[in-house]
Order: sequence, then structure tokens, then C-alpha cells
Amino acid sequence: MISNFINHKIFTLLKVQYSNMLEYRVEIALWAISGIIPFFMLNIWTNNNLNESINISDVMLSRYFLCAFFVRQFSVVWVVFSFEEDSLMGKISPYLIQPLNPFFRYFAQHLAEQITRFPFALIIAFFFFIFNPESIWIPNIGILSLSIISTFLSFLIQFLIQSIVACLCFWTEKASSIERLLFIPTLFLSGLLAPVVSFPNYVKSWIYLTPFPYLIDFPANLLSGNSTNVSGGLSMQILWILLLFPVFKKIWSEGTKKYTAMGS
Amino acid sequence: MNLIKYFKVYSKFLHTSLASELEYKTNILIDLITAILSLIGSIFLLSIFFQNTGSIGGWDFEQALIIQGIYTILNGITNTWFNPNLTEIVKHVREGTLDFVLLKPIDSQFFISLKKIAPSGFLEIILGFCLLLYCIKLNQINLNLSFLTLCFITIVCSICILYSLWFFISTTTIWFVKTWNATEVLRSFLYIGRFPLNSFSFPLKIFFSIFIPIAFITTIPSEVFLGLSQSWKILLEVIVAFVFLFSSRKFWFFALRFYSSASS
Repeated sequence: MISNFINHKIFTLLKVQYSNMLEYRVEIALWAISGIIPFFMLNIWTNNNLNESINISDVMLSRYFLCAFFVRQFSVVWVVFSFEEDSLMGKISPYLIQPLNPFFRYFAQHLAEQITRFPFALIIAFFFFIFNPESIWIPNIGILSLSIISTFLSFLIQFLIQSIVACLCFWTEKASSIERLLFIPTLFLSGLLAPVVSFPNYVKSWIYLTPFPYLIDFPANLLSGNSTNVSGGLSMQILWILLLFPVFKKIWSEGTKKYTAMGS
Repeated sequence: MNLIKYFKVYSKFLHTSLASELEYKTNILIDLITAILSLIGSIFLLSIFFQNTGSIGGWDFEQALIIQGIYTILNGITNTWFNPNLTEIVKHVREGTLDFVLLKPIDSQFFISLKKIAPSGFLEIILGFCLLLYCIKLNQINLNLSFLTLCFITIVCSICILYSLWFFISTTTIWFVKTWNATEVLRSFLYIGRFPLNSFSFPLKIFFSIFIPIAFITTIPSEVFLGLSQSWKILLEVIVAFVFLFSSRKFWFFALRFYSSASS
């Protein structure tokens, strides 16, 4: 009964957000295009033969960067920006009255956006294969489903981190600058611009303890068939989610107590 | 006479926007840290590229740092002036407030491009200059007057091209209304300005010299710094800058003919 109810709610939310997202197709296509940095990086790597020193062939590296592009496409999170706008405009108050945590709404928004984004990402991948026909490969079902799971886990980690930052809006009002600060290590350490194996040893020694390599490098390695520690990576992702979730719950309950609606 | 008026108006703009920005003091502090981290991140990425090779596209590490410095300065300028102002055009068009801008007895492009200022970008500009000074010492460049004027001219031209690109993209909102993320696409393309143009493969080189002239923006000023640039390249950059500035202004007036205010 209760699970049925929740299912119904989530389904409705998803449907609403999906039709909402479909209206802004061009916008989402533009977002998809703005994620093509990994391909430029691939160009630098292969054009200068930088990959020889890290023992990854051109083909494997191009698959890696294509997968990095895909993982990034489906783990982009912007909840802090929506939440900041809603909280500055006072839109949070009606959401708080509803018997549904507003973050479910944002969560559904992200999922719906990913569904809308999927065809655009496929089109970009299609063009990529036209230019690099030798890198076409078909991952087997097991690998594919594992990498979808790990991409989703990566999305969850980022969603939780951003939600925690978003809750800081209750105190500072402009939390997006904190998010921009956090984005810098995500950009450089997650493997979007260079695979983590290529990092110097003094970074590699500690980076696997942080959440960053599990955001893009791990799922991309998994999907592209590069060597990676599957069980270790997945368990680290789950560990980070288990660590972040209580923090989010705590900060949410503290924040809503602190919250004063517009005009009060 | 007219110029004096514009100077006066601009000093008022500076005053009001600085006053409103300085209200969020912690925000500025966080933005400063972000700028520093971002520079460290890009140097880290560069050091990954160079860890097993002496040169990329014919550029040494010390020389590539110059590009990094110029990129940082230009990025700072983008964050200080272009980004806060030109993303505002979208808002003006959507909410119909562009009418108020057009009715003012002042040049609309001037008003729209310089109204706001984000002081946190200043640190990036300063950081970029420090890096450049360090590079001048590292590469043992002799400073003399003609060298400095040439550097100054090319950097000013780069700023003009960069501005025109931003302005072009933002102007298209008059037709498409909701394309504030079109500037994100431009941003991701500009990202490759951190690397020498020669490090890319031939098709991308062509693309980045003709369609989006990133080559002109960072690579040519860096070549001037190293004393490598032929004079025809500098002349070409000046011409390109003029063409871009001129056509962006024409394009703005052309686009305004299609502007129908919010209620009509």
C-alpha cells in the first residue's frame, strides 16, 4: 500500500518533469554540446603521443574519453543552482508545506533531464564514431549494466554533495559559489580531463580515498574496458553515499528549523 | 564631450555594482579561493601532459605556462565584465526589460555590456599577471618598449575578439529567448585556449582558427611574448579584432530590429 503510494508519487513527478524538460529540448542539446571537453583532451593526448607513457593504446584512450563524456552527461547535477534560486525567490515555502521533501522534486527533475539528454548524447557519440571508426566496440551486458549502476551511483554522490551545499542556502543565501569551489577539484581530479592512471604518484597515493575518481574515472574505465578494480570501486561509491546521506539528513533538518520564510 | 559623459556614467555603474557585490563578502572570499585552485588545477593538468615529454606541439612547459597566464588574465576579464553583463541580456529579453534599456538616452550596447562588474574576477587577472611575470623571468625575456607595446596590442585585440564572441552569442537570445546556456557552450570551447593551438590535430586547428578564433585569443599573444610571432600574424590579429568588433555591433543593431517587446 505505502510502496504503491510512493511509486505513484515518483511516477507522477517524473512524468511532469519529463514533459517540462521536453519543452526545453534546445537548451538540453546545448548542455550536451557543452560537455565535449573530453574529446578535445583526447585530441591533445593522442596527437602528442602522450598516452604511450601510461601504456594505454589510442583506441582504448578514445574509448575512455568517450565513456568519460557519457558518464559526465548522466551525472551532471545542478540542484544547488535551482535550490538557490527557489530559496532566494521564496519559492521554497510552498514546497515545504507539501508532504514531500522538495529534494524529491529536484531529483525527478535531474532524472527527467537525463532521459531527455540521452538522444543528444547518442548523436554526439555517433559523430565521434564517424571520426574514429576504429574505436567502435560493444560492451557485454554484464559490464554495461554494472557501468550504468556505477554511473548512477556517481550521480547519487554528486547529488548528495550538492544537496548538502544547497542546504547551506538556509544560512548564507548564496551557496552556488561554494559549489563552484567544489567543482574545481571535481573537474581536475575526477578523470574528465586526464585518466587518473596518468596522475603523478604523489597524487595517486591519496586520491583513491577521496570521492573524485569514483565520479568519472571509475565508471568510464569500467564501461570502456580499461583495467579497474570493479568491486573496490563500487564499494567505495556505496561507502561515500552511506557517509554523505546522514550528513544531508542532519543538515536538512537543521536548515529547515533555521528557515524563515520571505516576509516573516 | 560625449566621451566625458560616458566616463561619468561608467563610474556610476562601477559604484553601484561594486556596492551591491560587496554585500556578499564571504562569496567574494570563496571566489578568490576558487580562482587560486583553478589556476593550480590547470598547472597540474599541464604538468601531467609534460611529465613524460619535453614539448607539446613545439611548446616547452615554461612556454606553455605563458599561455596559461594569458588565459587566466582573459578568463578573469570574462568573469569580471563579460559574464555578469552579457548573461543579463537573456534576462532582459525574457522579462521584457530590454525596453527600458533601449529607451535610455545612451548607447544600448554600452549600457548592456558594462553595467555590472564582478570584483572576484580581479584576483584572476592579478594571478595571471603574476604568472606572466614569473614566465618572463623563467624564459629570460628581455623587456623593451616595442615588445611591451606589441604585447599590449595583441592582448587588447584578444580581449576585443573575446568580447565580440560573447556578445554575438548573447545577442542571439533576441531570436531564441532562452539560450543562456549557449554561453556555456562557448565557455567549454574557450577552455581549449589553455593549450597551444599546435597541440591539436589539423582539423581542430582549422576549426579553432576560423570558426571560433581561439588561436588568436591566446596563442598569438603568447607567441609575441616569446618573440616567435611573425608580424603578419599580429597584423592578422588586429584585423580580425576589428572585423569582430565591427560585425558584433552591426549584428546587435540587426538583432534589435527583430526585438518585439514582452507584451507585443
